[in-house]
Amino acid sequence: MSVSDAWRGIASEQEDEITGKFSTFLRRRSRRLLGSLLRPYRGLVVTIFLLIVAAQLGALVGPWLVGVGIDKIPQLERTHDLWPMALIIVAYAVSVLVQAVTTRSYIAGIGRLGGRVVLELRRRLFAHFQALPISFHEHYTSGRVISRQVSDMDSISDLFDESLASLVAAVLSLLLVGGGMLLLDWRLALVVMAGLPPLTWLSIWFRRESATAYRRTRTTIAQVIVHFVETFGGIKAVQAFRREPRNEEIFESLNRANAEANLRSSRLLAIYFPGVTLVGNLAIGVVLLYGGYRVIDHQMQVGVLVTFLLYLQRFFDPLIDLSQFYSSFQSAGAALEKISGVLEEQPAVPEPEHPATLPAVGAVPGRGVRFDSVRFGYRRSTVLPDLDLTIPAGQTVALVGATGAGKTTIARLLARIYDPLEGQVRLDGVDLRQLTDSSLRHEVVLITQENFLFTGSIADNIELGKPGASRAEIVAAATAIGADGFISALPEGYDEQVGKSGGKLSAGQRQLISFARAFLAAPAVLVLDEATSLLDIPSERLVQSALKTILAGRTAMIIAHRLSTVAIADRVLVLEHGRIIEDGSPDELMATAGEYSALHASWQESLA
Amino acid sequence: MPAPPHEQTPAQALWRLREYLRPYYLSLFLMIMAAILAVTAETVIPLVTKSVIDDVVVRGIRSELLPLSIAAMALGTLQAGLNFFRRWSLASAVAGMEKTIRDDLYHHLQRLDSGFHESWQSGQLLSRATNDLATIRRFAGFGVVFFITNTWTFLLIIALLIDMNWWLGVITGVLFLPVSVLCLRFERRYRVLSRRYQDQQGDLATYVEEAATGIRVLKSLGRRDEAQAQHFGQSKVVYGTQVDKSRLRGTFWAGLDMIPNAVIGLILLLGALAVSRHELSLGGLVAFVTLTLLLIWPIEAMGFIIATGQEAATAAQRIYEIFDTAPAIADPDRNASGQPDRPGLVAGKAVLGKAALRTAQAAPGPVAVARRASRAAGHLVFDDVGFSYPGAPAPVLRGVRLDLRPGETVALVGPTGAGKTTLLNLVPRLADVTTGAIRLDGTDIRDVSLAELRTRVACAFEDPTLFSASVRKNVSFGVQDASEEEVLAALEAAQAEFVADLPWGLDTRIGEQGMALSGGQRQRVALARAILARPQVLLLDDPLSALDVHTEAKVTEALAHVLTASTALVVAHRPSTVLLADRVALLQDGVIAAVGTHHELLATDVRYRELMSADDQKDGLAAGATR
Repeated sequence: MSVSDAWRGIASEQEDEITGKFSTFLRRRSRRLLGSLLRPYRGLVVTIFLLIVAAQLGALVGPWLVGVGIDKIPQLERTHDLWPMALIIVAYAVSVLVQAVTTRSYIAGIGRLGGRVVLELRRRLFAHFQALPISFHEHYTSGRVISRQVSDMDSISDLFDESLASLVAAVLSLLLVGGGMLLLDWRLALVVMAGLPPLTWLSIWFRRESATAYRRTRTTIAQVIVHFVETFGGIKAVQAFRREPRNEEIFESLNRANAEANLRSSRLLAIYFPGVTLVGNLAIGVVLLYGGYRVIDHQMQVGVLVTFLLYLQRFFDPLIDLSQFYSSFQSAGAALEKISGVLEEQPAVPEPEHPATLPAVGAVPGRGVRFDSVRFGYRRSTVLPDLDLTIPAGQTVALVGATGAGKTTIARLLARIYDPLEGQVRLDGVDLRQLTDSSLRHEVVLITQENFLFTGSIADNIELGKPGASRAEIVAAATAIGADGFISALPEGYDEQVGKSGGKLSAGQRQLISFARAFLAAPAVLVLDEATSLLDIPSERLVQSALKTILAGRTAMIIAHRLSTVAIADRVLVLEHGRIIEDGSPDELMATAGEYSALHASWQESLA
Repeated sequence: MPAPPHEQTPAQALWRLREYLRPYYLSLFLMIMAAILAVTAETVIPLVTKSVIDDVVVRGIRSELLPLSIAAMALGTLQAGLNFFRRWSLASAVAGMEKTIRDDLYHHLQRLDSGFHESWQSGQLLSRATNDLATIRRFAGFGVVFFITNTWTFLLIIALLIDMNWWLGVITGVLFLPVSVLCLRFERRYRVLSRRYQDQQGDLATYVEEAATGIRVLKSLGRRDEAQAQHFGQSKVVYGTQVDKSRLRGTFWAGLDMIPNAVIGLILLLGALAVSRHELSLGGLVAFVTLTLLLIWPIEAMGFIIATGQEAATAAQRIYEIFDTAPAIADPDRNASGQPDRPGLVAGKAVLGKAALRTAQAAPGPVAVARRASRAAGHLVFDDVGFSYPGAPAPVLRGVRLDLRPGETVALVGPTGAGKTTLLNLVPRLADVTTGAIRLDGTDIRDVSLAELRTRVACAFEDPTLFSASVRKNVSFGVQDASEEEVLAALEAAQAEFVADLPWGLDTRIGEQGMALSGGQRQRVALARAILARPQVLLLDDPLSALDVHTEAKVTEALAHVLTASTALVVAHRPSTVLLADRVALLQDGVIAAVGTHHELLATDVRYRELMSADDQKDGLAAGATR
């Protein structure tokens, strides 16, 4: 049976690959970004450049002094005067020291410069992602947010870490050694340089081929990894459905593709490196032949011939460095391009230029909410055609309705995740758009059904509601919500570490922790996307009683999924196609033969 | 983490890996010969230079220049050609070895029980299959060869130097040795820093990941500043390590340049004296310098080779740790041997792929037969079943007794952590009972082959596992020869009609790398998978927990039809699911505490009422509404 790729199925690839062409490398916005990052370190950049030049000059002088020293030997034989030779040795020692000190400084310098630039870029990027609205994150997806900040930052960091120093040094070495040879004996230098064209051609060929081969190894190993992780992540299903033999076929073919890609990469190296060696070795022969004749004919000194032999390696080796590090240069360029694109994204929910302040909270706790002729829709479809809604301070409103009726949209407008297309959402009479983000977030808190927990202790996660809260406050919040019982029962209590995304806790327990978090934040207005369908009945009971505590003393809007929640509300809004079709207290609505009483009847039925 | 059955040192583990190189012994031998010849040719080139200077330049024998130059070029071409041969032939040996080990590792891991997989983080297994293997590949492709050739080069060059001038040769050799030590020390310190750097980068990446996935929480609480401060703090830690790293690298590279250059300066001084005292020829001095240059790389590399060797040995140890773990759950006849099951090692490299294929082709035969042969029975008995996790203080299950008649549907109800999922896992032998026995149609399931057992039993888990493949492949996961009609029928029974609306219908890729499905959609696909298997025994672990009330009702109705064909054990959290069952078993404190119909238990059992009834809700509509 042949293993084709059909089993994978079809998926729309969202890869934002930037092709590795030089033309796309460092476009204007990338250059601008790089400029702004490097500007504070202009002095350091210049210093590093001078240090590299000095190091390369030091490396250039050494072989030349060896040649000069060899030419002084006949004189030493005749006069037995050690001084000229001693002078040369001293000069040589100085060049060695200069080279060592400058090499050390420039490598460390580039490390520091790169570290600073990467640190600043990381800071900007993270801050920018935090500032961009939820709507951006929804269409950009968390996967790409992460890869911008992790793998793209890594390519840039790698460039500074290892490659940039070698790259600059290689270019300078090529130029300086070439210049040095021309100064010593231009004819012989030209003969040596005849080796450059074939070597350059070979290097360009290798760079192009190896870029493709490298990409191939990356994609094939990625497929091996995905299959491996999926198999052992779902090993129970694999074993229960006897999937092992078929999996082995698939894995074998993916693994074979990877082995072939690796083989191709190694074989390219098998051609390239011996190729460079060959050119270098032939150059030695040519230098010996032509240089030898020139020395015999007294057109050149033997020391120059020796210097040339010593220079050969320094002349051809940089090409290897160039071809090896060019790809990291390129991927860093592509990464910078993607990052600069993100940084130019403007927040769709901008901060006000002249922020307003809210009046002090009145006698009734919470704040009044008002939707004023609000219209909203996503791309093509209108979700809310024209919504008018007034919620007095302290009231708990439950939104009920089918999927797509606009419940979530209303909640999101109130939390200002989106701005209305028309009309206004007001908090105690102030348009939300006139509040700063931080004052708005202080007043309005949205709890979604995700109840995401961060790595850290349970206490850390509750504290997120009010940074700097004391342990007593945290315990008080948990107690009020009814979470203290299970938290105290954990081996480490409040210091229990929650696993990745809170995996160790049940869904109900996670929800209680996120309630405690919101309770501690004590907002004037709470928006709650309630989801208890994942909870078992005892957990649901816990959450229901916690809800009552958390809703007391503030204005609240709940998206109710289970009608038991609705009972807690002062007022129920039944939505259909973005319009309020029923509005009243639960008891009032029960009394009328409307949508709500119908829903209620079917709910009772489901309880059996 | 389970300990390997017998301890072995890293070096022993590395030595054991040679079995994977056996198919390449001949080409490895030829390759090492080529490598030795190549470095020898390289070493001879400076001697040609010596002759050029001594004979042609100093003594003026002009006619020798051309042949000598041609000899240098010929040697140079020979060296390049041999290097090409070495790299080319080594490449396929190394790639083949890596592939074979990885295939074997995968094969072996698939046969280890889920208990093993639960005790290992998947990241640890992955790093063995990728990073550790890459380390071994690097050592095999680089370390082994260069260890041999570099030793040879070192000895050859020092011998040549001593031959030209013994005291200068000895001095050079002695002065060079510290370079090896420097390299080894650098490698070790740098590795510590690199590890630290990687860990810190990993921590930063974790935070970035959390901040990205938890963006709604951060935003709705307005915790932007705090998140930024934490991110910046972690970034600064990474920065600090990176600067330390580049400082260490700077010192090292500077030292690496300085020592050989200093030695050459010394050779120039002492060599000039030797030449002036006619103890060394002029060409000899030049050869001395160029040969010394050739010494730098082998000596530098020794430090790296020792370091990669140590790393590869540790990697080999980590890999054998897995290979040496015998599957705890195996077919009846294999149980006795306790041998790790690795065809690649037995069959050698070429056969491996075929061996795997043969297993694959052999499997569908009996499986297909079994699927169609035995329809009628399916009498499942839990006979005093006990289970405890290794190392856990108390057993999860203590004497579960339950008898499921053929075709009967039993709901399993119990508080969180009662062991419901554990009990279900025991039936397809994802874990084995610690005491008691499970019998299927009278036979202890441990006496049935795994392939047969897992054909007769199918399950859908609470957290449905989908794979990055088409919907079709996900549904026909256990039944490779399923027809389009069968797949569609199974999807219909699971009320997964949403599949028709996916962009490519049945061919749409789902799972991590494909279309994101909601929890309810995932559950329905997994349910269809279990239905399609048409098993004698169907195990459903709360299969409807993520569905909304409306869909749940429809699936329940469809399931009622499907369940008549199989014996079914269904874990349930909600009354609506329980109603599917003929009987309900309450699992509490590791035993079946009560058995009866839903209404019986609701009326008679307090514990059951606590779990299943909305009656206890202290407030709201529910109180009056239920009865």
